Amino acid sequence: MTFSFKRMLRRRSRAAALPEAVADVSGDEPTTSAELTLSIVPVIRRADRFSVQDLLVEASHGVGARPSRLVMTTLGTVLGIASLVVTIGFAQTAAGQISNQFDAVSATQILIKPASTRNSSGNEQATGRLPWDAPERVDRLAGVERAGLVADVDVVGQPVTSVPVNDPSAAQTLSPAVIATSPNLLAAVRGQVVTGRYFDAGHDERGDRVAVLGSRAAETLGINRVDSQPSIFIGEVPYTVIGIIDGVERRANLLDAVIVPLNTARTQFGLTAPAELHVQIEVGAGTLVSRQAPIALDPSAPENFTVQAPAAASSLQDNIQADINIVFLTLGILALLAGGLGIANVTLLSVMERVGEIGLRRALGATRRNIARQFIVESAVIGLLGGLIGSALGVFAVVVVSLLQGWTPILDPVVAIGAALLGTIVGLAAGAYPALRASNIEPITALRGGT
Amino acid sequence: MITAPVVEPVVELVNVTRSFPGPPEVQALKSVNLRVERGDYLSIVGPSGSGKSTMLNLLGLLDRPSVGEYHLDGRDTSLLDEKQRAIVRGGTIGFVFQAFHLLPHRTVLDNVLLATLYSGVPRAEREDRARAALLRVGLGRRLDFLPGTLSGGERQRVAVARAVVASPELLLADEPTGNLDETTGGEVMDLFEELHADGLTLIVITHDQAVSDRAKRRVRITDGRLSELS
Repeated sequence: MTFSFKRMLRRRSRAAALPEAVADVSGDEPTTSAELTLSIVPVIRRADRFSVQDLLVEASHGVGARPSRLVMTTLGTVLGIASLVVTIGFAQTAAGQISNQFDAVSATQILIKPASTRNSSGNEQATGRLPWDAPERVDRLAGVERAGLVADVDVVGQPVTSVPVNDPSAAQTLSPAVIATSPNLLAAVRGQVVTGRYFDAGHDERGDRVAVLGSRAAETLGINRVDSQPSIFIGEVPYTVIGIIDGVERRANLLDAVIVPLNTARTQFGLTAPAELHVQIEVGAGTLVSRQAPIALDPSAPENFTVQAPAAASSLQDNIQADINIVFLTLGILALLAGGLGIANVTLLSVMERVGEIGLRRALGATRRNIARQFIVESAVIGLLGGLIGSALGVFAVVVVSLLQGWTPILDPVVAIGAALLGTIVGLAAGAYPALRASNIEPITALRGGT
Repeated sequence: MITAPVVEPVVELVNVTRSFPGPPEVQALKSVNLRVERGDYLSIVGPSGSGKSTMLNLLGLLDRPSVGEYHLDGRDTSLLDEKQRAIVRGGTIGFVFQAFHLLPHRTVLDNVLLATLYSGVPRAEREDRARAALLRVGLGRRLDFLPGTLSGGERQRVAVARAVVASPELLLADEPTGNLDETTGGEVMDLFEELHADGLTLIVITHDQAVSDRAKRRVRITDGRLSELS
């Protein structure tokens, strides 16, 4: 019994028969001899000629052949992609931080105080004073919606109570602070009247002894309704409580205070000057109002006021982003370029080393295009690997640094995925020239010259 | 019992000249005529510089004649463009080289499978064919070895398995024993004879008279001209 190679192959091509089944050479098939003479080759169905699957398998073998070199090759791309992801990640995280600080309320709120200096003995000393008609002065400025004055009132140690009797057995409690405001302050700090009303310009003008309580102060004083016109006593002077307020978003200590009109405080307690001017502005008017308000308040000495404004919110944000972006994006792009050159270099080296393999593949029937594609895909895979690792490292770095700084890490997923793809593109671009060189190798020169 | 139908020769060279533009212009092959029938075992022998390499390039579709016609398996190869030549090369010619040219990082089986990638062997058949081919050359137990761990003779047998796995019309061997000692070289030549006995068409190009003498039909090449021996 002879072992026939061609018969075996023919059997295999017809049905994947086991080698044992091939030993039968008795020629029971009538076509056998005719086929033999016509073709020494079993007729095989030609199909699957270097498909995409084959291309990927061959390229991945090429990539994986030298793991240590692969690591060095991807390093440049890893660094480049990582620094790009980190840059964009930090820019986005920082933007998130800034907009957290400058939220909607603070973006529409300006606080103006008299400027202060330290005198020779080290004490703060106001260098200017807010005029009593400050709200009317700034109200006329474009972008101002409401303005109101606030002053802390020194009651010279007089207790604030809801009963005029001095009860020695009662527990000593801390009296609520007394604060004087202009009538329209409540709106300027976005407070709400819970019950009753806020005092108006009439109360203020007349210096009426009326008081509005902050919600927590009302609780301390045991007052929760005003329809019976309860009184409180500052020292021994009674004040009619006309309202209780709550929900103040700015200057929250108003809730712990007894609030009286400014003129009342001037007459009763000798208040000399308002302490703060709260201005509610339109969104985006911060820069304008903070420049104009001091001039409106005192045209001859606008430098005597300090303005706390969200003015720089957007420009600050831009500045921070611009700083980070320019430095790190430049670094990232440089690293990426170096990475691309690295891939190009190593792929070119690999082409030179594999001249024999390229010649062999050409001899086995690979077209120039097959060869070029293999090397392009190899360098693209290297780029993709570098991109994936770099992107992962970048995301990791953003998360870790944010964690240490107590920030909320913010990174668009598109950035992470896009960065990995960018690595692939770098690999593709880097592989173009080496692939061209590879496809131009003449098979016979390569095969004869090889080892 | 076998009626002989009219069969196209596997290889037919008609007045083939291959010249390399100079100066001075070199004619590596001069008006060569050669006809290789199906199942022939031909050796082309000649000293270095006689035109052997050019002959191999032309026969293997790696080069084109300057003048003349080359019919391979009944097809006029001058009508084929570069891509078609590559496909025809993969489908009809198997190469065995002096330097083996096995991929060092791939297993023996992978090396044989490599030839099925470009020759259009259906994916489902590839592995069975490669295993069968390796079994045929006596390396059925070396499938997962890397070429570096094999002896020279074994490596060349892997190369032979790779050359025949896609069922070529023609096997072209270029100094197949050049890197082997006498014994292992002889074994490879025995293998060629077995394949020839199975019906494979073989052309061996060599400078070694002993190798050439084992062929059924011998052609000498000198200064680009062919002359039939014996």
